Amino acid sequence: MIRLPMILFFSAFLFSAGVYGVLVRRNAVMILMAIELMLNAVNVNLVGFSASLRAMSGQVFALFIIAVAAAEVGIGLAIVILLFRNRESINIDEASQLKW
Amino acid sequence: MVGAETVTVAVGAASGLLKYTWIIALLPVISAALTLFFGKRTPGKGAVYGIAALAASWVLSILVLWHFVQGGGAQASQVDWFNVGPFHLQLGQYIDGLCAVMLVVVTSVSLCVHVYSLGYMHGDKRFTWFYFVLSMFTAAMLDVVIAPNLFQLLIGWEVMGICSYLLIGHWWEEKENSNASIKAFITTRIGDVPFMFGIFALIAATGFKTSNITDISGMIQAHQISGGVAAVAAILLFGGTIGKSAQFPLHVWLPDAMAGPTPVSALIHAATMVAAGVYLVGRMYTVFIGADAWVLQTVSIIGAITMLGAALLALVQNDIKRVLAYSTLSQLAYMVAVMGAGPAGRNAAFFHLFTHAFFKALLFLGAGSVIHAVHSNNMSDMGGLRKFMPVTFITFVIGSLALAGVFPLAGFWSKDELLVSAYDGHQWLFVIMVVTAVLTAFYTMRMVWLTFFGTYDGHGHPHESPRSMTSPLVFLGAATVGVGFLGSPLIHAPFFKWVYFGQPEAVHFVPWIALLGTVAALGGIGVAYLMYKEKREKDPLEGRLGPLWGVFQHRYYIDAFYMRAIIYPIRDTCSAGVYWFNQTVLDGFVNGMAALARGVSTMVYWFDRNVIDGAVNALGMGAEESGGLLKYLQSGNVQWYAVVLFVGVIALTIIFVRA
Repeated sequence: MIRLPMILFFSAFLFSAGVYGVLVRRNAVMILMAIELMLNAVNVNLVGFSASLRAMSGQVFALFIIAVAAAEVGIGLAIVILLFRNRESINIDEASQLKW
Repeated sequence: MVGAETVTVAVGAASGLLKYTWIIALLPVISAALTLFFGKRTPGKGAVYGIAALAASWVLSILVLWHFVQGGGAQASQVDWFNVGPFHLQLGQYIDGLCAVMLVVVTSVSLCVHVYSLGYMHGDKRFTWFYFVLSMFTAAMLDVVIAPNLFQLLIGWEVMGICSYLLIGHWWEEKENSNASIKAFITTRIGDVPFMFGIFALIAATGFKTSNITDISGMIQAHQISGGVAAVAAILLFGGTIGKSAQFPLHVWLPDAMAGPTPVSALIHAATMVAAGVYLVGRMYTVFIGADAWVLQTVSIIGAITMLGAALLALVQNDIKRVLAYSTLSQLAYMVAVMGAGPAGRNAAFFHLFTHAFFKALLFLGAGSVIHAVHSNNMSDMGGLRKFMPVTFITFVIGSLALAGVFPLAGFWSKDELLVSAYDGHQWLFVIMVVTAVLTAFYTMRMVWLTFFGTYDGHGHPHESPRSMTSPLVFLGAATVGVGFLGSPLIHAPFFKWVYFGQPEAVHFVPWIALLGTVAALGGIGVAYLMYKEKREKDPLEGRLGPLWGVFQHRYYIDAFYMRAIIYPIRDTCSAGVYWFNQTVLDGFVNGMAALARGVSTMVYWFDRNVIDGAVNALGMGAEESGGLLKYLQSGNVQWYAVVLFVGVIALTIIFVRA
């Protein structure tokens, strides 16, 4: 049986890695993947608490998040494809027209 | 008034009809309102309302008089109007024989004038308005007659004043007429001021409790009001009489008031309004009797001055209406003077008022008929009219003989009563009255002769007036013949059983005085006949009177004196004062306001420029500056936004966790 604090540490690490990826990577696809990391860190958290508290609602939320993440990735990849078509690049720094 | 109880104080037998005497005064008010609002849309331009109302009032007045003919007593009833502290002001009626007689006089003359005006005012552009004012005036006079208290009397008194003003100035397009109306109004007003103070004095004397005439009379008879106070009040009230009844020294307005239409002169300036002054003295006679003796002496002296002075002026007038105006002054002065000779004199004065109203209205209406025919007021444009206007001629002669005091017409009986009372009272007054009687007969004869005899001097072909004008003449002519007998000893003088002060008195008939009166009248007529029977270019009096002629023509210079000594100084001072006020105060005010406005607007301009504009500009510039600084935050770099978001989340987390 893995104890809850271990799970939380893992989850925190995973989330931080996701945040790092989102903030630092220039590749749009890599950013999307980093977002997946963050979502799944939350999932781990939910499942961990669910197991610890013996309440099923956490696992239900995790399933919801998986569904939402799938949709999010669908949209995100569509945006990335459009970005590439317009710019012939998926470097996020080049998509900075939305400003003064 | 709504919900107030009617308090009926029965003084003697109360008849059902007498309770509603006030309707007599109300009917002309209703007709006035109808004339004003619907007159112009009514066939005949609204005259029908006034005539119908007056006819009804006349019938009712006769019925009221009938109550007293049958020996009924006085009756009063009133409703509360409002109370001020202990003071109760009431509206109501006080009906006694005197009042009943006055009602008959006023409604008779007013009815005649209403009918007569149909012809006289035919085609006038303010015909409807004329009838409105005529009805309003009649209502006011009837209110004065029935008023049980001094305030109600004052209301009617003042409404009469304004109606008189409106009627004298009926043809105001001519400056002379509007001047006459202003003169009449202001002159009577000078008398009204003491009159009002007299009312206040009497109310104060009752302890501010009542203005009821019966109550005041009772307090004076019970010596609750001293003779001195009564004297002050009486002399102040007499001021009103001097103004309204045009006695010396406020007589100047009445001759000028002849500028009004002739029916107006007949109604207001012969029979009713000018009689109101005399009526006031008679109504308040307890106050005059209760006052110190000098008050009644003053009354007699004023009357004596006016009667002789006015009769002399009547001698030299060329305008037929002015002859009648001065005659009216003189006859009113008869009444006023004899009022001062004691209670018998008061009753005699009222008898004269009663007969005079009929024959003087007749004379005025007759003069109006003549003026209507020859389109001139001047007797020099008349002459020989008896052939053209037989009805007017006969009735005018009846009126003239009555005025002169020839047996058996109305004027004979009343003048005889006046002379008897004067002889019993003040003998000096008696002498003046006999002299005046001679003068009266003289100028009356002169007027008749110059108008109706000799040859016609005017232009065009005069013709008899229409039926609407001659029928009132016939009615008044019949009355002139008839009413004198009411005070005649031949039928035991029923008039003095209706009109009395205290207790009814048997009428005195002194044969030698009657004879003297007749001799005076015939003497005056005879002298006038001798003087005027031959036609002359110049008035024969002009030579006989010498320098007096000029004095009379200038009305003793009294009018000129008033103009120079009072009117001009006041007017010039006033206009100078108004000019100064206009230049200094009003202009100064206006200029000051302008300067103030300029100063304020300069300040507002500065404020606008600097503060308001400054604020707006500062806001704009602030937004620009801050926007310039803040724009660097929006780099377009999504990851930079995410960093800010992340830092914000962390910051909020720390804040919430620590809290």
